[in-house]
Amino acid sequence: MLPAASQIFSSVFMFLLFQVGHRHLSILLWSSFRGRPNLSTQQITQNLPGQEADKQLISGELLVNRYLIQNVIGVGGMGSVYRARDMHFPSAVRLVAVKEMINHSRDALVRQTIVQNFEREANILVSLSHPAVPRIFDYFTHEDRSYLVMECVNGKDLEAILSESQGFFPEDQVIEWAIQLCDVLQYLHTHKPEPIIFRDMKPSNVMVNQYNQIILIDFGIAKAFKFGQKGTMIGTEGYSPPEQYRGEASPLVDIYALGATLHHLITRRDPRVEPPFTFAERPIRQINPAISIELEAVINTALQYNPTERFQTAEAMKEALMNVARKTGALTRISMGTSSIAAAPSTIKPLWTFECEDQVRGSVAYDGGYIYVGSYDNNLYTLQADNGKFIWKYPTDGGIVSKPIVYDGVVYFGSEDHRVHSVSVRSGKIISTYYTDGPVRSSPRIAEGHIFVGSDDGFLHAVNLLSNRRAWRVEASGPVRSTPFITNEQVFFGCESGEVFCVDFRGQVKWRFKAKRAVTSSPVVSQGAVFFTSLDAQIYAVDAKSGWVTWRFRMGKGSLSSPCRVDNLVIFGSADGIIYCLDAGNAKEIWRYQTDHQVSGSPLIYKDSVYCGSADGYMYCLEYRTGRLRWKFQTGAPITAAPVINSDVLYFGSNDHIVYAIPV
Amino acid sequence: MFDFIKKLFGQKSEPAVADHPTAPEDEQEKSAALPVGEVFSDVEPSESEQILTAPLADAQDFVNPGGAVEPAQFISVVGQSVGKQRDHNEDTLFALSAILATDASSQPLGIYIIADGMGGHQHGELASGVAAKTVANHLINRLYAPFYSLDPEPPSDPLQEMMKDAISEAQRMVIKQVPGGGTTLTAVVLLGEQMTLAHVGDSRAYLIHPDNRFQLISHDHSLVQRLVELGQITDEEALTHPQRNVVYRAIGQMEPFEPDISTLPLPKGGYILLCSDGLWGVVPENKVLSIIRENSDLGEASRLLLKAANDNGGPDNISLVLVKCP
Repeated sequence: MLPAASQIFSSVFMFLLFQVGHRHLSILLWSSFRGRPNLSTQQITQNLPGQEADKQLISGELLVNRYLIQNVIGVGGMGSVYRARDMHFPSAVRLVAVKEMINHSRDALVRQTIVQNFEREANILVSLSHPAVPRIFDYFTHEDRSYLVMECVNGKDLEAILSESQGFFPEDQVIEWAIQLCDVLQYLHTHKPEPIIFRDMKPSNVMVNQYNQIILIDFGIAKAFKFGQKGTMIGTEGYSPPEQYRGEASPLVDIYALGATLHHLITRRDPRVEPPFTFAERPIRQINPAISIELEAVINTALQYNPTERFQTAEAMKEALMNVARKTGALTRISMGTSSIAAAPSTIKPLWTFECEDQVRGSVAYDGGYIYVGSYDNNLYTLQADNGKFIWKYPTDGGIVSKPIVYDGVVYFGSEDHRVHSVSVRSGKIISTYYTDGPVRSSPRIAEGHIFVGSDDGFLHAVNLLSNRRAWRVEASGPVRSTPFITNEQVFFGCESGEVFCVDFRGQVKWRFKAKRAVTSSPVVSQGAVFFTSLDAQIYAVDAKSGWVTWRFRMGKGSLSSPCRVDNLVIFGSADGIIYCLDAGNAKEIWRYQTDHQVSGSPLIYKDSVYCGSADGYMYCLEYRTGRLRWKFQTGAPITAAPVINSDVLYFGSNDHIVYAIPV
Repeated sequence: MFDFIKKLFGQKSEPAVADHPTAPEDEQEKSAALPVGEVFSDVEPSESEQILTAPLADAQDFVNPGGAVEPAQFISVVGQSVGKQRDHNEDTLFALSAILATDASSQPLGIYIIADGMGGHQHGELASGVAAKTVANHLINRLYAPFYSLDPEPPSDPLQEMMKDAISEAQRMVIKQVPGGGTTLTAVVLLGEQMTLAHVGDSRAYLIHPDNRFQLISHDHSLVQRLVELGQITDEEALTHPQRNVVYRAIGQMEPFEPDISTLPLPKGGYILLCSDGLWGVVPENKVLSIIRENSDLGEASRLLLKAANDNGGPDNISLVLVKCP
């Protein structure tokens, strides 16, 4: 990760700045100021070559006849940090850190103010005495530069520790640091005569020494110099509470920032790369389930937007942390159990079931009070929708894996016997058949007096409904098992070579798009965008007019599942067993739901739920906005097709040969 | 496959995009009408009026009032003014309206970018110039060039990934070439039925629908926006908040970030407006809407928008791109 702009300084030797009392912030804290004539972005690394004023001290130089410069240990916008030997102790090697701050202001009055502020704040620092605060030995201003001489701290700051480690810190470790931080904040906040607000709590300002003791460091005193340079940095600090941006600095600012620091340590999610004040959008235990609910509660309390809802003192927060430490060891954890309670599988009773002689792999169709279902036993069945009563069946010479469609008293369906059959819904008698040169596994669609259907012969066929003759066919580059999607006089379909086609009603190819592997799923077109999944383990969004791909999203495995669109969402399944929900505009994952086997059936949206079957044998009902499970219903074998719904009844077949009707 | 390429925009005999967009240091005099595809940056105001508009050179020839333009195309205008209170311009604009028209079909493409540099000294305009040029360059190479390829297959890389890469590249270049500088960047690519938006910072993209809905489609990465969302301040307070110019996300910041990228349907028969906060923070939305609705001449609309911002004090640089959708 790139170092934050505010962490340019070597993290080992840093400086303290404490905001004293409740006085109004004199120093601009945050991010980038734009568009205002009197403010400007500073150059963060100001050490331009040839700029005499910014020249570094060189090794061997004796500063104010006392500090023998050894080497540069950090460079920042305000100047450098050096390791030096204090020559007042000639017989002992006493090493100190010397931080230099260069006064860049050209205005004499401003320069003077900067120096005065520096000296006033340094005076306060000198008076502090706490094991978590480094000692200040000396400070002085020499020519255009001010210097702070301070204790060398051996150790690493928490930001470095975070970036060098992998995985989460143990909860006990974080609590130990947090308690120490509360201690030092309590010391500062109760400082007399005026409380001291640290005001810049963040991982990079917390050092951990070899004894696992924390030491607060800060370069904040340099901010006076930054102001003098009319500048600040881009990007927020990420750890500061909202009220700090109104210019309010109270001890509660530090409480929030400590909460933010702990949140970062626990979740490893850097708040500086997230929008400000969005910790609540990254729930701790969702990211790091090993954390106790009690510690999460403490951190959430510290992170309240409203200062009055936080711990009112560092001591109170420490007390809460101590309680967590006591509890987590001794008490059994309280289970979360906040998600809505899923109905037990046994409580869902089918309205009726109907058993075919072989698997039901395809989707059923509902029309006018009847259910039409094709089975791998070669038959198309017609059932009464309200009670599942058998009406008639029509035998073909091949398995039926596609979804039938009913139009004007005729049910149309493809079969592996290479034919598209048209059967009267009243009599169950054949009206006509249309031959292709391969098994028909694509589901027919009807528009403008034509049937559109793909075949394993590698063509998409357009068949005139009246004449039952082919109007045209379009050659694809592989078997067409994908069900065509028709909108705006255009037909969209995929094929097993991975190509997706857009053809017009004359059979002219408008565009083609090539996925890396087969596109068996049906495309869905919505608001000018085409969505389809592929066996190449991606879902694509393609512009409907130009065929240019807008985005793609990678799944764990390939997919046969046709996406469905609702609101701004696109929902689909994958062979990795997951039902995904993405933002259709930018492919951002909204939620995912893991089933126990491949999800090859397509989801169905009805009211506020999504229904989707899985090869684990379950039909799942999830809240489509959140992906939370409402209920699941077990069948005896994989469910490979999409359900249909009518009047609050869900109809679907399973590879256990059974057609189910479930009230929802 | 395509018989010929017909460019309907800009100077007809010239390439629609300048190969070497004007460098920000370039102080040469700009004429009022600039060819589309130019990067406008650091434009000095003219003596008489601190307003610069750049209508499409010949677009009006194709506009027949009351009728649709044939073939369907994106007609755009850019406008820029230094404002009344700043001494120089730190915004950068880019506009490219292109079309691939054959006897059988026409395929319009539009790429529009607005970048609002931050900070004083030379950094603001450098950052916005570097960012806009880098993004334009990236999109031209990966999106615009294949558009005119004889091979009719569209590029295999998703548009959103191209735009994301373009932003990453701009981020890299700004950090490298303008350390300490920063810029907002709002870019749209109009193609087919959809538009794809890439956005960082607090410049804005609006849709003006034919039914007069004025829809903000970008999300300000600004401190005040977050404070408004949290209920800490009101919308009104946000407009006058002392930190209203603070953005938490900008090209040039040291921390890595994800730009906002999204695709949405084009507002058919409506407009797309990109603008810097010198416009949206100064001229009320209903005023912007009425100017656009009442002026079918885009150049005039642009001029009036700049004037409205300057009449309200012109506290900041004003930049805008206004696009009419077929």
